[in-house]
Amino acid sequence: MTARAGTAARTPSEGRRAERRLGWWLCAPAALVMVLVAGWPVLYSLLLSLQRNDLRFPDRRAWVGLDNYATVLTSPFWWQAFGLTLLVTAVSVVLELVLGMAVAVAMYRTVVGRGLVRTVVLIPYGIVTVAAAYGWKYAWTPGTGWLAGMLPAGEAPLTEHWPAVGIIILAEVWKTTPFMALLLMAGLALVPEDTLKAAAMDGATAWQRFTMVTLPLMKPAILAALLFRTLDAFRVFDNIYVLTNGAQQTSSVSVIAYHNLIGGLNLGVGSTMSVLIFLTVALVAFVFVKGFGTAAPGRDPEGRR
Amino acid sequence: MTTGRNRARWSAVNALVLLYALVPVAWIAALSFKTPATISDGAFWPRRWTLDNYRGIFANDDFVRGLVNSIGIGLISTAVAIAVGTLAAYAIARLAFPGKSLVLGVSLLIAMFPQISLVTPLFQIERGLGLFNTWPGLILPYVTFALPLTIYTLSTFFREIPWDLEKAAKMDGATPFQAFRLVIAPLAMPGVVTTAILAFIVCWNDFLFSISLTSSDAARTAPATISFFTGSSQFEDPTGSIAAAAMVITVPIVVFVLLFQRRIVSGLTSGAVKG
Repeated sequence: MTARAGTAARTPSEGRRAERRLGWWLCAPAALVMVLVAGWPVLYSLLLSLQRNDLRFPDRRAWVGLDNYATVLTSPFWWQAFGLTLLVTAVSVVLELVLGMAVAVAMYRTVVGRGLVRTVVLIPYGIVTVAAAYGWKYAWTPGTGWLAGMLPAGEAPLTEHWPAVGIIILAEVWKTTPFMALLLMAGLALVPEDTLKAAAMDGATAWQRFTMVTLPLMKPAILAALLFRTLDAFRVFDNIYVLTNGAQQTSSVSVIAYHNLIGGLNLGVGSTMSVLIFLTVALVAFVFVKGFGTAAPGRDPEGRR
Repeated sequence: MTTGRNRARWSAVNALVLLYALVPVAWIAALSFKTPATISDGAFWPRRWTLDNYRGIFANDDFVRGLVNSIGIGLISTAVAIAVGTLAAYAIARLAFPGKSLVLGVSLLIAMFPQISLVTPLFQIERGLGLFNTWPGLILPYVTFALPLTIYTLSTFFREIPWDLEKAAKMDGATPFQAFRLVIAPLAMPGVVTTAILAFIVCWNDFLFSISLTSSDAARTAPATISFFTGSSQFEDPTGSIAAAAMVITVPIVVFVLLFQRRIVSGLTSGAVKG
């Protein structure tokens, strides 16, 4: 700040160059951390994915080209996990969008107890995912749980595939709907009250006002929230680890890659999965940004200062 | 919206939202106060209340160590992320330089990055460097994941500071440092505090790095420690202990979130909506 104030007084071009240099210097530490702790490991996992590298047999290390990719991509376990991850992602994001929109409208429109609702709804956001997951696990454990108690005797939902998937989705949706609702509520604030009033004067019903005025105007906020949550849901791990640990074919890609690393100690295959997961996430982000024109959150095209 | 019928309808909706947020938490709390004999009776509220579960986990060295690790690693990671992120956010909010959008783009990329993609290579890299199962071994990935959030949130906050006040203070005879300390710092502080809370929550909530990059309680954080609770040794049945431990790691964050509700909402939504 002082450097900038000092140089700005001189010729404009020199001032601009100093400003540019200061900008680079200030960003350098952040860039360095991100390159070293994120960039380098990604490149490294790309290298590892081309090797036969199993920590149990260190002397059998060799470059094997794309063999690991062939192994993973022909494995039914991988595709099972991939399909489940897509399913959990799609269903939970849709549910979160609908529920989140309802909560957002409730928080935005309500007059009585507004502060209380806005405060309490943050609790699921603040709770540690693992802690909440144990809550759901015990709630559905026969004998212990209040929710399991409502089921017919002998039902153990976490030991069956579809009920377990449902509970995983429930846990995800419960935890992240408030976040979605907050993003959507900020989007609601962008809809001008006058436009809604004008539509009401023209005889639009409340539902018509919502679908034909509010939703289109909120589109950027909705798309940004969807992008955020889709990519976040795709890496689902904590809930599954606690609820089923991948039993009953409920592994997500993150869970299966984790078990390959920690249980299997197979770095080659584990890294291959890491790379494939990364590529999928990049593809989803690309589709959102190019296909739907989602603005990258926080982008500042006009370079306001 | 002012009519009585409307008011009643919104109150009902509000009540639903409150139940939605509170019931699952109340369940964990209720579970944590149950005695071993009644824990598997299936009732929602405890029939007999006890604090034994809490006494048990605080007498458990692994859990206490996990808490210390969580707090220490979380605070250090947050401090580093804020220090590094503030510099970058200031530059992004205030200075014109090429590469600005690259920094923002890369941090966005990392914010959306699947953690598992970093776990496998970091596992191998950290074992080579001797960082596996140490505090720095967890601080590094935590900083990396807290940093994008810090840069985003802070640069949005910084854009809203009326920087002309700095010039005005200098014209009134303040030194640059005084202008910073007395005028700019107080304006920037709320944003920094909010961002620090959000960054700390990110670190505190982590589970995947903690179970993958540690092998003992030397660095294992509390959420991971809980997942290692078993019924065999100290505890007959880990349910009560796990519920109590879940409450212990949840309550401080929930209190924080409730205290700083307004700011956290603005922090969470700041970067996301201004497309």
